[in-house]
Amino acid sequence: MEYAIEIKGLTKDYETGFWRKKKVRALEDLTLKVRRGIIFGFLGGNGAGKTTTIKTLMRLQFPTAGSATILGHDIADVQMHQRIGYCPENPYFYDYLTARELLSHFGELFGIPSSDRFDKCETLLGAVGLDPKDRGKQLRKFSKGMLQRVGLAQALLNDPEVVFFDEPMSGLDPVGRREIRELIAGLRDKGTTVFMSTHILADIEALCDEVAILRKGKLAAAGDLAELLAGHEGDRVLEVNVQSVRADAIQDEVDLIAGAELFQKPNGVAIQISDESDLEAVLAVTRRHGGSLISVQPVKQSLEDLFVNESND
Amino acid sequence: MSAGSLPRILAVAKNAFREAVRDRVLYNLIVFVLLITASAIFLGELTAGQEARVIVNLGLTAMLIFGTFIAIFVGVSLVWKEIEKRTVYAIFSKPVGRGEYIIGKFIGLSATLLLNTIVMGVGVSLALLYVGNTSLAASIWPTVLLIFLELTIITAVAILFSSFSTPALSALLTFLVFVIGHFSTALRELSRDMASEAARLLFSGLYYIMPNFSHFSFATEAANGMTPNSAMLGGSIVYAVVYNIILITVTVVIFSRRNFK
Repeated sequence: MEYAIEIKGLTKDYETGFWRKKKVRALEDLTLKVRRGIIFGFLGGNGAGKTTTIKTLMRLQFPTAGSATILGHDIADVQMHQRIGYCPENPYFYDYLTARELLSHFGELFGIPSSDRFDKCETLLGAVGLDPKDRGKQLRKFSKGMLQRVGLAQALLNDPEVVFFDEPMSGLDPVGRREIRELIAGLRDKGTTVFMSTHILADIEALCDEVAILRKGKLAAAGDLAELLAGHEGDRVLEVNVQSVRADAIQDEVDLIAGAELFQKPNGVAIQISDESDLEAVLAVTRRHGGSLISVQPVKQSLEDLFVNESND
Repeated sequence: MSAGSLPRILAVAKNAFREAVRDRVLYNLIVFVLLITASAIFLGELTAGQEARVIVNLGLTAMLIFGTFIAIFVGVSLVWKEIEKRTVYAIFSKPVGRGEYIIGKFIGLSATLLLNTIVMGVGVSLALLYVGNTSLAASIWPTVLLIFLELTIITAVAILFSSFSTPALSALLTFLVFVIGHFSTALRELSRDMASEAARLLFSGLYYIMPNFSHFSFATEAANGMTPNSAMLGGSIVYAVVYNIILITVTVVIFSRRNFK
C-alpha cells in the first residue's frame, strides 16, 4: 500500500550560538506512516517538534538524518509539490497584494491557466469564508483570522492530494473554527489526506482518524485515535453529577460503595463508579441528602488526559 | 531547473516588480524629474552655452546614483525580507525551485530598474530638446543602456549578499563593491606597483574578482556628444551577462542550502 506520507528516521538538529555552536536536537528519529484519505492529527506541546517536522517535509529545512516521501516521491522532488498543499502556522503573505492577487500569483506558480484562475480563487476564498468585500483589500489590512483563511485557501489552490495544516484554527473565532472544521471534514470526503498539527484537542477529537503525539522531538504515541483512547481508559465507567449537596456530607456513605470515588464540584458533586449496578445506590445516597440529579454519563478517557500523559512524562 | 521553469520565474519576477512599484520605489523619479527640470531651466543660464553638457552629465550621474540606491536598498532586502517575514514558506511549498525564485527576483528588480532608467532617459532627452540640442537627446541612449547594465550587476551583487547576510551588512558590502568597481583600474595599477608579493596577489585577485565598472562609464564622453562604439557596447553587454550569470549561480548555490527557521 502506498502511503500518503512516509517518514523514516527523520532527525533535525539546530545549531545555536555564534562562535561556539551548540547543537540542539529538535526532532529525533521520527518514523511515521500516514494512510491516504484520512485526517491525521499531529500533537505535541510547544517545542515538541511538530512545526520542525512539517517544515522539513515542505523542504524549508533540510533533515540532519533520515528521509521522507510524500505520495511516493522524495521530499526533495520539487515537482511533487504540484500535488500537495501547505498552510504554515500564523501565515504571513505579501502584504502589498490583495487576497485575490495573492491567490492568483500562487495559481501562476502552480501553472493554473489564467482563464481558470479567477473563478478558482473566488470559489476558494468563498469556501474559507472570506467576505467578498475583503477580497480586494491589501493583506496588510487583514486581521489574523482573515490571514488564516487566506492561508487555508492558498493551500487548496491546486486541489492537493495531501494537505498540511500547521495550527489551522489559530486566530479564528468560534464560528470560524466551526466553518474550517467543516471544510477540513469535507476534504476527507473528497479523498484528500489531511495532515494537521494543532493544540486544540477538541478539533482532533472531532476530526482526526489517526494521531501521533510528539514529546521533546520523539514520537510518544501513534495510531488510531479511538484505539489509543480505549487503551488508556480507566476503571470507572459512569459519572453521576448531582447538585445541592456537599461532598463531606456524603463521603462516608459513598466510601461504602466499592470502587466509587467522590469529587467536589462548584455546584455539587460528581461520583464516579466502576459498576453500573451501583448507580441506584449512589442515587439513593444523594437523594437522602437533598441532592438533585444533573446527569449520568459514561466516563471516557479524554484526549486531553492522553495528551497530558504522553506529552509530559 | 526544468522545462516548465520559465512561467514560474516570470511569475516571481512579475511579483517582485509589483512589490517594488507598490513600495513606491519609482517615487524617486519625481525627485529626478524635478532635478532635471530645475537644471534645464536654471543651470543652463549660469553656464551660458554649456547647458546641454550639464544636463547630460547631471542626468546620467543622477541616473546611476539613483539606480544604485534602488539596486542596493531593494536588492538587499528582497530575499532577506521574505525569509524574515516567512513569506517564503508559502512559496517553497509550491513547485518552485530555489534557483527559479532567485532568478525571478533578479529579473523583477532588473525590470524595475529598466523602467526607472528609461523614464529618466526620457526625462534627460526631453530636457535636452527643451534647450534645443536634438542630437544629444538621441545620442545619450547607448550610454543609458550601459548604466542599466551596470545597475543589473549591482542588483546581482546585492541579491548575492542578501542570500546569506543581513540587509545592513549586505548594503555596506554592495556599496563597497560599487566603489571598488569604479576604481578597478587603480586596483590593477596598485597590484603592479606593490613591493610585496602578497599585496600584489591580493590586489590583482581583487581586480579579477571585483566587477570592472569602467566598461560602463561613458557619461563624460556622452556629454561631449560621443557614443560608445559597437565593440565597447557589445563587450559591455557580454561582460554584464557573464558576470551576472556567475553571481546568480553562486547565489543559487548558497540559497539552495539555506534552512528557513
